[in-house]
Amino acid sequence: MRTAEKAIDEVQLCTPCEAASSKAPKEATTTCEATCELEEKTLETSETSLVAKAESKSRVNLVGLLNSNRTVISILLALVVELDFAASGKQPPADRPYFVYFLLISLVFFTLFPLLFSSRKSILEKFREKDNFYAASFLFLNVLNLLTGKFTVLPPIFFPTPDRILAVLVEDFHYLIIVCLGSSAKLLFSGFFAGALAGLVTGIAIGFSKTASYWLNPAIKILGPIPPTAWIPIVLVAFPTTWTAAVFLVALSVWFPTSVMTSSGILNVQNAYFEVSSTLGAKRLYQIFWVGIPAAMPLIFTGLFSGACASFLTLMTAEMVGVKNGIGWYIHWQRQMLSYANVYAGLIVIAVTFYSLITLFFKFRDRILVWQKGMIKW
Amino acid sequence: MVEALNISEKLSSDTLAHGPKIYEKDLETKGVITIEAVSKVFSHPDGSLVQALKEVELNIESGEFITLIGPSGCGKSTLLRLIAGLETATSGSLCLDGKPIVGPDAERGLVFQNPYLFPWLNIHNNVAFGLKARRVFGKEKDEVSKYLELVGLLKFGKVYPHHLSGGMAQRASLARALINKPTVLLLDEPLGALDAFTRMNMQDEILRIRSEKHITMVMVTHDVDEAIYLSHRIVVMTPTPGKVERILKVPFPRPRSRNTPDFLLLRGKILEILHFAGHLEEPPYQI
Ligand SMILES: Nc1ncnc2c1ncn2[C@@H]1O[C@H](COP(=O)(O)OP(=O)(O)OP(=O)(O)O)[C@@H](O)[C@H]1O
Ligand SMILES: [Mg+2]
Repeated sequence: MRTAEKAIDEVQLCTPCEAASSKAPKEATTTCEATCELEEKTLETSETSLVAKAESKSRVNLVGLLNSNRTVISILLALVVELDFAASGKQPPADRPYFVYFLLISLVFFTLFPLLFSSRKSILEKFREKDNFYAASFLFLNVLNLLTGKFTVLPPIFFPTPDRILAVLVEDFHYLIIVCLGSSAKLLFSGFFAGALAGLVTGIAIGFSKTASYWLNPAIKILGPIPPTAWIPIVLVAFPTTWTAAVFLVALSVWFPTSVMTSSGILNVQNAYFEVSSTLGAKRLYQIFWVGIPAAMPLIFTGLFSGACASFLTLMTAEMVGVKNGIGWYIHWQRQMLSYANVYAGLIVIAVTFYSLITLFFKFRDRILVWQKGMIKW
Repeated sequence: MVEALNISEKLSSDTLAHGPKIYEKDLETKGVITIEAVSKVFSHPDGSLVQALKEVELNIESGEFITLIGPSGCGKSTLLRLIAGLETATSGSLCLDGKPIVGPDAERGLVFQNPYLFPWLNIHNNVAFGLKARRVFGKEKDEVSKYLELVGLLKFGKVYPHHLSGGMAQRASLARALINKPTVLLLDEPLGALDAFTRMNMQDEILRIRSEKHITMVMVTHDVDEAIYLSHRIVVMTPTPGKVERILKVPFPRPRSRNTPDFLLLRGKILEILHFAGHLEEPPYQI
């Protein structure tokens, strides 16, 4: 009776010490053994319990490994499907197995990434958090591959295999990225910066000057809400080239929200800030640039962001209607030729580009607006 | 050095108790405010007129500490804003050192109840704002740390305003106003939002700064104790229309105690003027 009680005591003694040093189970066992080496019987009981624990832990580790790398499993699954299932033959094959290349590159990336960044906890943490999303994305590609290439359930003209879309991205790279995207980027940036500058100038003028507000405000209120693309018939006639016409349209779509948000941002600045700055010796011009505009910055950025989104839309429409170049035009042209693999490739380029631009924009904004309460996410 | 200052402070307060006119005579006499028959009428959007101030007469000496006290709506803030130049008087004249006050200027600093630190600037740049606005930042860069140290915020220069406590923010706004070396500092309930202990600390801090920098200070407060503890003279105002009801001299030597019988008597007297004394027996002697 007495020994049994003691044995229970010993086991209880051992478990917490094992739990505490889970990183070095061997060490834990030895120290536990040392404390347990009081009576033979107790030693036996505790050792068996330890062995059972260790076993269950290794099983947990395996499951944990699988759990923490669902993306890799998803990629492997896609590879198996692509390599082991025969194509239906209803889709023209690509010159090379691009989808396999893509999956292999992804596989290397997703297995190496956690190893390369094993010391950077925060990056790894973010990566892990996105694991499910990445895994689902590859699963989606996998299913798409099954529906298009393998069983061809979807009409092959409108739904090409991932292989063929990737083939366009690789083989048409120069034309798609350098020529078309380059031309679009030139148009977009010219229009965006012209429109943003004009919007800031009119917005600041309306915000600070009664006269400017009197003349410009009604003009903005009447002309602003007209969708820029509705101007296309007039603009195409009024401008010497379609390119300048398109720049104007993009600028117009950025100008309106930027102007409205800038002026309302400035008008909403608490008067107390102007009063304080004037008692500190700031004159009018200094107040405009060092009080009014900084205080209006959050709203100015909102305006610029809506402007950017509107400019993407205008750019695509302008290219599909008038300008004989650019990524929007490319998509339009390929659609007419029923080359849907090229259409999807164009869409992917657009998505990646606009996503990157918006991300960059927000990074820039967060940099400028660090001072805002609750805005310290990078 | 500190002791010497304290002694001179004591002495000047003592002379203040006897001779009515000249405070800190040997220091330069700047920061004299003359307010003559000042009235201010506001017109509300609905067309009605509000007389915020009526025929206010007040002469403030160089380096004097004046508190304005009175019920809400009696025109204390309006009077302060008139001196700051943020409002213009409907009639009457306001002068600083003989020159009429037109518009705000760095020589008349103003601190509000809300610190109104510029949220887009860190504390260092907030304090530096006046220097930059007056285009003397290049020459007087080092002043910023000096004034941050003066208000005990040297370590917080890089911090943005929303990370500061109320008391710290108020001290920062005090430093921001002081860095311009104003001849007059106007304080509109600067300590109103602070807890009792921070408040008493800040009162001492303000007194220290006043004696060090020889600044004329006009402060609005709702706290009678604060008014007595700080001021040379207390201006008691009454509303509808806002006017100066009484100007009381505070003859106590400095540093002051908050608990002397005289202090409590004066307190009672002020509350009586404002009709907040409750039931009070007339003191048997005049203060
Ligand atoms: N800009 C303004 N427009 C119209 N009326 C005003 C304006 N500023 C002040 N008033 C009026 O003037 C009167 C005095 O206001 P003021 O702010 O000076 O009072 P106060 O003594 O500072 O009160 P409180 O102790 O509540 O701060 C009030 O009746 C107020 O309604
Ligand atoms: Mg007030």
